[in-house]
Amino acid sequence: MDNQPDTEDWDIEIKPTSGLFELPLKDIWHYRDLLLLFVRRDFVSFYKQTILGPIWFFVQPVVTILFYTVVFGNIAGIPTDGVPKPLFYLAGTILWNYFSDCLVKTSTVFRDSAGLMSKVYFPRLIMPLSIVASNLIRFGVQVILFVVLMGIYAAKGVHLNFNAVALLFPLLILLIAAQGLGLGMIISAVTTKYRDLAFVVGFGVPLLMYATTVIYPLSVAEARYPKYSWIIKYNPITPVIESFRYGFLGKGSFSFELLGYCAISTLIILFTGIIIFNKVEKTFVDTV
Amino acid sequence: MAKVIKVENLSKAYQLGNFGTGTVSRDLERFWSRMRGKDDPFLKIGEVNDRTKKGETDIVWSLKDINFDIEQGDAVGIIGRNGAGKSTLLKILSRVTSPTTGSVKVKGRIASLLEVGTGFHPELSGRENIFLNGAILGMRKAEIKRKFDEIVDFSGVERYIDTPVKRYSSGMYVRLAFAVAAHLESEILIVDEVLAVGDAEFQKKCLGKMGDVSKGEGRTVLFVSHNMAAVKKLCTNSILLENGAIICDGDTDTVISKYLQTSDNTQSVFEVDRPVDYENSVGYITKLQIEDLQSNVLSEIPVGMPWQIRVLFVLNSDALHLIIGLGINNFMDVSLRTSWSEKMELGAGSYEAVFVEDNLIMAPGSYNIIVGMSNYERSVHYVENAGVINISQVTHSSLPSSVIRVNHVGMLLNPMKVTINTLVDNNPDPGIFETGI
Repeated sequence: MDNQPDTEDWDIEIKPTSGLFELPLKDIWHYRDLLLLFVRRDFVSFYKQTILGPIWFFVQPVVTILFYTVVFGNIAGIPTDGVPKPLFYLAGTILWNYFSDCLVKTSTVFRDSAGLMSKVYFPRLIMPLSIVASNLIRFGVQVILFVVLMGIYAAKGVHLNFNAVALLFPLLILLIAAQGLGLGMIISAVTTKYRDLAFVVGFGVPLLMYATTVIYPLSVAEARYPKYSWIIKYNPITPVIESFRYGFLGKGSFSFELLGYCAISTLIILFTGIIIFNKVEKTFVDTV
Repeated sequence: MAKVIKVENLSKAYQLGNFGTGTVSRDLERFWSRMRGKDDPFLKIGEVNDRTKKGETDIVWSLKDINFDIEQGDAVGIIGRNGAGKSTLLKILSRVTSPTTGSVKVKGRIASLLEVGTGFHPELSGRENIFLNGAILGMRKAEIKRKFDEIVDFSGVERYIDTPVKRYSSGMYVRLAFAVAAHLESEILIVDEVLAVGDAEFQKKCLGKMGDVSKGEGRTVLFVSHNMAAVKKLCTNSILLENGAIICDGDTDTVISKYLQTSDNTQSVFEVDRPVDYENSVGYITKLQIEDLQSNVLSEIPVGMPWQIRVLFVLNSDALHLIIGLGINNFMDVSLRTSWSEKMELGAGSYEAVFVEDNLIMAPGSYNIIVGMSNYERSVHYVENAGVINISQVTHSSLPSSVIRVNHVGMLLNPMKVTINTLVDNNPDPGIFETGI
């Protein structure tokens, strides 16, 4: 028995550390059913024991744009590029919500599911991926709301310059999901040991919204603050929202350069996130 | 048989105390050395995980240089006291955390049951949770579907399968969870002390199922438990861990008897606090030892085995009416018995009194010891909770064969004398008997 060569084929090797780029892709594929079940669990448990059920997915954005229209549109008087205000805000809000939901939920993933993760192994990446996927359902429902609102305005005779850029929609979703996921994973990995960053997320994310073109168009920011508008322009979330508005509503700043910049920075964020996350997941149980 | 698990030089270190100031700079240093492919500079090899002593560094080795192999189809028990490293070993094997050094090589899939019902969502129905839990444990959906009926059948909660599990009783919950795990098609099953929950009937069923898994299906089972009776029943081989190292490994009987012998100072020998003015008192008790009848100290006594308590005491001056008393309380402080020595006349010096228990068979559990010394009917030294006797679940050969169960059958296991007499009135009428034929 003992003189057997040590080159037997072992299925799993548990080692202290693994390479920086050693991702458990095969494992993740094997556990794809788990991903779907997590999504289902989140979805079902969201509206269990509520009367309105999935209608709650609509309530939040509707109330939000109502307030935005009153506060930012009418009281503050921020122009919206000539697009009907509710439509303008809704476009920004649903994308922003998707981003911030992915980010916030992912950033606390280790803490939220420490109970589960300290008891059983599954590829940890499944958890953030399932968060992004569950939020995608919510986002999808809200896109329906957006399309309905577009239809209402079109029927009223408002001219909406719906154009070919709208075909980039799937890419835009991918970009914004990757941004939320990547940034969330970086934060989640660091907060397993240092809780400080959790506080930054608490007030930072709402503030980041104001550095993104959710409640104002990029053109207005550039016109009023030519010196500082680059912060907003090179915020990787801005090109996504601007392109979305341009494609569906015909107003916004769209250029392939800006979108290309956005795609590259998104990839960097995502891969940094995955690598750090993958590194931390192995021992986070000991420190969380 | 082929090896399915090979553990080589496995160690795991934990950092004690708070992660406070200093951790960031340390982490940076660690990060650099890891980047250059070197070992962690803050881990000092050589310290042993002994909870009772204060170490020099704030790093503790929960496991140190563990090596063992497990062959296919084996049922291996892992035993050891609290803090011996059992849970850490399980966590590493089930890939919840990774080792500090060393490696584990595994052939086949591992399913670990470190907790029953991991990932159950209270709002979801039993049916939905079977799928969710199965997937968490690594099953594919098709696999769960195929086994679904079997799982429901084993759990015995068919009637409530579409009810949210938050309305389940804890027993039903455990049943369902174990059923899912037991039907997992993995080559290796790791079970922590999950059997501590659930009723006796179900525990038996689980043990039976685990036995089937290893014997019938050729799957490998690793079983961690304090329940020596269960380990004995289920496992042919066992591993004994102490302070993060393997003390003994081999066939279960040997390992268990070694486990019982390992003298753990805090558990079988108890130093007794001296009275405040011990110099002026007639005398005082210094030490208690729990032993078998051959005077070997034992930290755990197999149920049914006779044992003795040795009480060491010192007399400062002559005592003319000295009595040593010993009381035993169960964990709920119900007094079980009290014994006294005969009145003695002793001069100054050191003595010992040995209390032998060979009448009562106490049920498994922990019992507190009270000791006292009196002279002329006046208490000289009296200590409650002076020590603890642990009666373990391992049954001793001297246990009378009429004792069928040792758990939940009362505090004392000595069988009563039972006679069955025929009552005259009950006799069937011979006349009817004849006509009946």
